[in-house]
Amino acid sequence: MSILIDRNTRVLVQGITGKEGMFHTRQILEYGTNVVAGVTPGKGGQQIDGIPVFNTVAQASKETGPNVSAIFVPPAFATDAILEAGDAGIPLIVCFTEGIPPLDMITVRKYLDGEKIKLIGPNTPGIISPGKCKVGLMAGYIHKEGNVGVISRSGTLTYEVVYQLTKRGIGQSTCVGIGGDPIVGLSFSELFRIFESDTQTDAVIMIGEIGGTGEEEAARFIKTEIKKPVVAFIAGRTAPPGKRMGHAGAIITRGRGTAEEKIQALADAGIRTVDNPADVGEVMASMLKV
Amino acid sequence: MKVHEYQAKIIFKEFGIPVPDGGMAESPERAREIAASLGKGTIAIKAQVHAGGRGKGGGVRLVGTPSEAEKAAGEILGMRLVTAQTGSGGRVVRKLLVEKGVDIQSEIYLGVTVDRSRRCVVVMSSEAGGVEIEKVAGETPERILTEHVDPGLGFRPFQASRLAFGLNLPPDLIRKAAGIISALYRLFVQMDCSLVEINPLVITSQGELVALDGKINFDDNGLFRHRELEDLRDIHEEEPLEVEASQHNLNYIKLEGNVGCMVNGAGLAMATMDMIKLVGGEPANFLDVGGGATADMVKNGLRIILSDPNVKAILINIFGGILRCDVLAKGLVEAAKEIAIDLPVVIRLEGTNVEEGRRILKESGLNLITAVDMNEAARKVLSVLKTK
Repeated sequence: MSILIDRNTRVLVQGITGKEGMFHTRQILEYGTNVVAGVTPGKGGQQIDGIPVFNTVAQASKETGPNVSAIFVPPAFATDAILEAGDAGIPLIVCFTEGIPPLDMITVRKYLDGEKIKLIGPNTPGIISPGKCKVGLMAGYIHKEGNVGVISRSGTLTYEVVYQLTKRGIGQSTCVGIGGDPIVGLSFSELFRIFESDTQTDAVIMIGEIGGTGEEEAARFIKTEIKKPVVAFIAGRTAPPGKRMGHAGAIITRGRGTAEEKIQALADAGIRTVDNPADVGEVMASMLKV
Repeated sequence: MKVHEYQAKIIFKEFGIPVPDGGMAESPERAREIAASLGKGTIAIKAQVHAGGRGKGGGVRLVGTPSEAEKAAGEILGMRLVTAQTGSGGRVVRKLLVEKGVDIQSEIYLGVTVDRSRRCVVVMSSEAGGVEIEKVAGETPERILTEHVDPGLGFRPFQASRLAFGLNLPPDLIRKAAGIISALYRLFVQMDCSLVEINPLVITSQGELVALDGKINFDDNGLFRHRELEDLRDIHEEEPLEVEASQHNLNYIKLEGNVGCMVNGAGLAMATMDMIKLVGGEPANFLDVGGGATADMVKNGLRIILSDPNVKAILINIFGGILRCDVLAKGLVEAAKEIAIDLPVVIRLEGTNVEEGRRILKESGLNLITAVDMNEAARKVLSVLKTK
């Protein structure tokens, strides 16, 4: 089994009639993902490539039974879109929107935790369980079904690492982008816990970056809770303090969140970290003795 | 988005936080006028730049009369102020805050920010105000009191008074301090901030509380709710190339090295910079052209990299996903027709439509050095730098 999404996943797309929403809906359909419905307020009754569009998530949910919502809604409305999906009881929400204020996400995360709803993102490249299902922006063909789980805070850097694995014949169980914002849904630690109990996953790659303390917390968690082998890479050793490096969350503030601190925390927990981003695939290969 | 101290103090005042009387001056004459309006006593002249450590750098003066204020203002305005936070180039002082001097009895720190690991807002206070709070947090963390805010309940009055009682204030100032702490939290939330600080909040010899210096950073993602704040932006305080890049929807940050980088995606861009450093080079910039880069964005990105005189070689690292390699290649060929690229360019393309992209580059006749992976790309950049 993969984690979070598989062949039984039924996807609802919020913001399906927008430019981004429509483009990516077609991309994930092409990968073989089962998209059962779309939602755009005011566009109910339309169809997008044969997919019915509804005005509300509650209505779409009642008639088509989705178990994942993919959100492509602009930042000013995305918070409400997440809450609407949560209120309709959709158990897994993947929010792609970039630019949601962190203060909004604090309230959202608190609510979702209370309802036991999983959120991935916002500002995430999404999730792929190769060969089974894609709810993400990544190009499908660089992946291969297999036994390595990948958790990352960024997009193209993950593609780089995944492709290194695929070229060496190492497949992936599931690849998850947790999102590049300061406040996101599932953290590194929470995903490690899910991967630990997944029978398809034999090892996990963690791709972190400067900002926040998610990597340090994951390091402590892995030390006590995770038995599967882990390889880590942290981006941003050359990043200057106080400058936001693209992602809203990738900023060294008040001297905290540096790459050095994270690498030290990982080393203290006995986790193998790779200095050179081009070597992650090779290190994983040697660890798995492929 | 950062704002100046004088702008932060106007906002403090709107939220009921006491600040010294004063005003902003862009000329010595105006500084004199403001000083004259403040009545008798000491007058502080403070350089307004987006960097701390202004006092040590000579950007703050205390004077006694309006004519002294005029003279000091004339000396500070136009100076290149170098502090620990400005970098070696310093910042040209264009604005001054002229305000009434305050008799300092003791100094308090107040701050509000987001605690990312606990996913909530945190309100802080400390008796050890006036100095760098990072230092206090590092050496004597027990001297910083914190209150975490439940997003459903908001910041409660008991939390404000717990912070105020922890400051060992004279009894008659407790309620006032709690009021200021609550006001600071309201400001933080209502204005979508990422950081708000008063440092120091002083107790004057008259027994009053006054915010002597303060900082407000607005969260860029929240600015769509506060269009009025656009007017507070001072682009003189930003790196000109970064301002230009943002106008083209490019994410560019200038650094000190000599290898210009163009990459799609922030994580891969940081990893590429790290890689350059790892093989012994120094990145000249961070440039993320994003997942949906167009030919125009590639062209503007290249132009911005080339206008940095420190750049001696360029590394382009693209992992095509949504951004197809053939689109990138076409953009690059177009850019090369319009702008003279007289530096060596190493390019590594991988991902969607890579064969087509490589063919376009090859047939363009451009003098590009190609690499198949990141290791090779970094090595090739280094070798062209050495042969120059």
